[in-house]
Amino acid sequence: MSQASVSENTGVMGKAVKEALFAGAMAFGLFLLYVGIETYQNINNQLVWRTRWGLLATFVVIAAVSRFAVVAFIKPHLDRRKLAKAKSGVLEISEEKGFFHKHFLKIALVALLVYPIASVMLAGTQGSLKYVDNFGIQILIYVMLAWGLNIVVGLAGLLDLGYVAFYAVGAYSYALLSEHFGLSFWLLLPLAGILAAFWGIILGFPVLRLRGDYLAIVTLAFGEIIRLVLINWTDVTKGTFGISGIPKASFFGIWSFDVGAPNNFTKAWGLSMSSAYYKIFLFYLILALCMLTAYVTIKLRRMPIGRAWEALREDEIACRSLGINTVTTKLTAFAIGAMFGGFAGAFFATRQGFVSPESFVFLESAVILAIVVLGGMGSLTGIAIAAVVMVGGTELLREMEFLKHVFGPDFTPELYRMLLFGLAMIIVMVFKPRGFVGSREPTAFLKQRKAVSGSFTKEGHG
Amino acid sequence: MEYFIQQLANGLTLGSIYGLIAIGYTMVYGIIGMINFAHGDIFMLGGFAALIVFLILTSFFAGIPVALALLAMLIVAMLMTSLWNWTIERVAYRPLRGSFRLAPLITAIGMSIVLSNFIQVTQGPRNKPIPALVTDVYHFGAITISLKQIIIIAVTAVLLTIFWYIVNKTPLGRAQRATEQDRKMAALLGVDVDRTISVTFVMGAALAAVAGTMYLMYYGVASFNDGFIPGVKAFTAAVLGGIGSLPGAVLGGLLIGLIESLWSAYFTIAYKDVATFALLAFVLIFKPTGILGRPEVEKV
Repeated sequence: MSQASVSENTGVMGKAVKEALFAGAMAFGLFLLYVGIETYQNINNQLVWRTRWGLLATFVVIAAVSRFAVVAFIKPHLDRRKLAKAKSGVLEISEEKGFFHKHFLKIALVALLVYPIASVMLAGTQGSLKYVDNFGIQILIYVMLAWGLNIVVGLAGLLDLGYVAFYAVGAYSYALLSEHFGLSFWLLLPLAGILAAFWGIILGFPVLRLRGDYLAIVTLAFGEIIRLVLINWTDVTKGTFGISGIPKASFFGIWSFDVGAPNNFTKAWGLSMSSAYYKIFLFYLILALCMLTAYVTIKLRRMPIGRAWEALREDEIACRSLGINTVTTKLTAFAIGAMFGGFAGAFFATRQGFVSPESFVFLESAVILAIVVLGGMGSLTGIAIAAVVMVGGTELLREMEFLKHVFGPDFTPELYRMLLFGLAMIIVMVFKPRGFVGSREPTAFLKQRKAVSGSFTKEGHG
Repeated sequence: MEYFIQQLANGLTLGSIYGLIAIGYTMVYGIIGMINFAHGDIFMLGGFAALIVFLILTSFFAGIPVALALLAMLIVAMLMTSLWNWTIERVAYRPLRGSFRLAPLITAIGMSIVLSNFIQVTQGPRNKPIPALVTDVYHFGAITISLKQIIIIAVTAVLLTIFWYIVNKTPLGRAQRATEQDRKMAALLGVDVDRTISVTFVMGAALAAVAGTMYLMYYGVASFNDGFIPGVKAFTAAVLGGIGSLPGAVLGGLLIGLIESLWSAYFTIAYKDVATFALLAFVLIFKPTGILGRPEVEKV
């Protein structure tokens, strides 16, 4: 018995060494040109090169060592755990939920409500700016966008790669209409949503007949068209310069956040001058918008139209043969998804005070879609978690000053932000292809609501 | 008239490059039904490999013949991208093959972000200019055609012939076509499906490397974000021609190249990409499976 396990162990070790050598050789081949050689411009502006063998060796060693660790230790460990679980016969789904699990939503909501107050108390008025603005608002914008896209991709199963176009429509509607007509944020917020929804329908019409990947490429093309028009229609949009000086939102028209205004918020309340109050107000505003999105999504799922979306996602032919009008179903999904994108866009414009086509590149669409899929399509909680992890994680990277002490003063963690974001996308997908929340609660059920493992559901067949 | 023919030549050159990239998209889509978003960045990696080889060669052998340098650039770039695409398929796509359809799409988008940022970090964000490799031009009346353009069109034509032969006449091509039609059945009949898919990725990558080298030779500059726009256009070309169809990819590529150059010549250069994308939407409305695509038969 013990002999067998020893020989098995040396077998694993031998295999691990072999695989590690292979991984090292592959890494050498892959990185030889791109890491081993650096190209740069010299003083005469000529392109020249120099070698970086040390860095290349580091890459090779990292690849070999991590492959060795995976094959020799991590994989056998995972296999053993899986075996033990299969033997005990307890399914994960039927596990008793703890207190935290049961009340997760309430806890999360309370935490969000006290978050700005807590950060003011802990970091001071000015110090709270970073936490409220960079983390809180930034993450919540992505939560809202991802929840909006979730209606199109997660519920109706229509793959949309150009969602950022509606975000852009919302942002530019607010920027242009407030600039030319002086309308207030509270009037323009619903208007931006309506305009975006209108564009959603315009996009929806031609692509109604398309399925799956054809739909994906046309939505991508639509997103690019909107961006290119924003760049080139300089008379209206000022092109790549963007529109600046977009007015701030007011406190429901009662107090203004403009510094010079007589009814300034800080003056009215006798507070010290700081932009932190405006940011805290914006935080609660985007939180309310997120809640609205979640509320509408949850309500819609219980209504006939939401049921029709989910039926459409599961099987379009069955859907059609049951007499569901797929045209209106798809169009409403596009329109409602786009509307929330438009709201988020108007909010984005008033928060930044500046919009330019730079903010609405394809990468943004990809990031939003990644958050939806990584969170587990259709699951609002999962998507919110994914947004916190992915956006919060990359924002956190800006704060990591200590890395400068490790890698030297030239090290700029921001450079690696998107690189790590992409790697995280790949790693999460490979290990959890169903996203963070893989199981989902059915909307329609007989007698008792049972969680369904994500592996039994299909989606996104357009 | 001369102006028109001149623009036609420019369009065909550009279209050849798009066609070469589009084949990689269309083959991968045909065989595993996935949009390989990272393919545009594989094209960019090919361009960079060619650039680095060019720098090394010219610093060691100052007077090297251009043809030899180009050949070396092509071969190294093809090897490089093949290795990359093979590894990417193994690491990021193969574990997800049985999963739902969006999972490999997300890893592909992630891979695209990783590749362009990897080059940005390791090679720097600035544009990399190289001196012109091929400068000869020929005059036919008022029409000027450069040797670069002739090389690009000729290389594309030769490669397409070789490619067409491989797919239609060799056992490897037969395995590919079988896998495309029915993966399970092909596996039952003794086709090594994993290997066939790997080979498909390698072939697509090699063509993308050729396109990358040609792009570098034509424009004389490489940048880390060169992958996105040509990648999207090539994918548009593949869809326009009917995704999954090899002649369709080339036809789509040529069409997009022509539209782009003719639109910039006769209308405004600012909206040339808008014209391309609008044409795509227009074609798909009337012919949802592209120009040469087979209509999908759906079984219930």
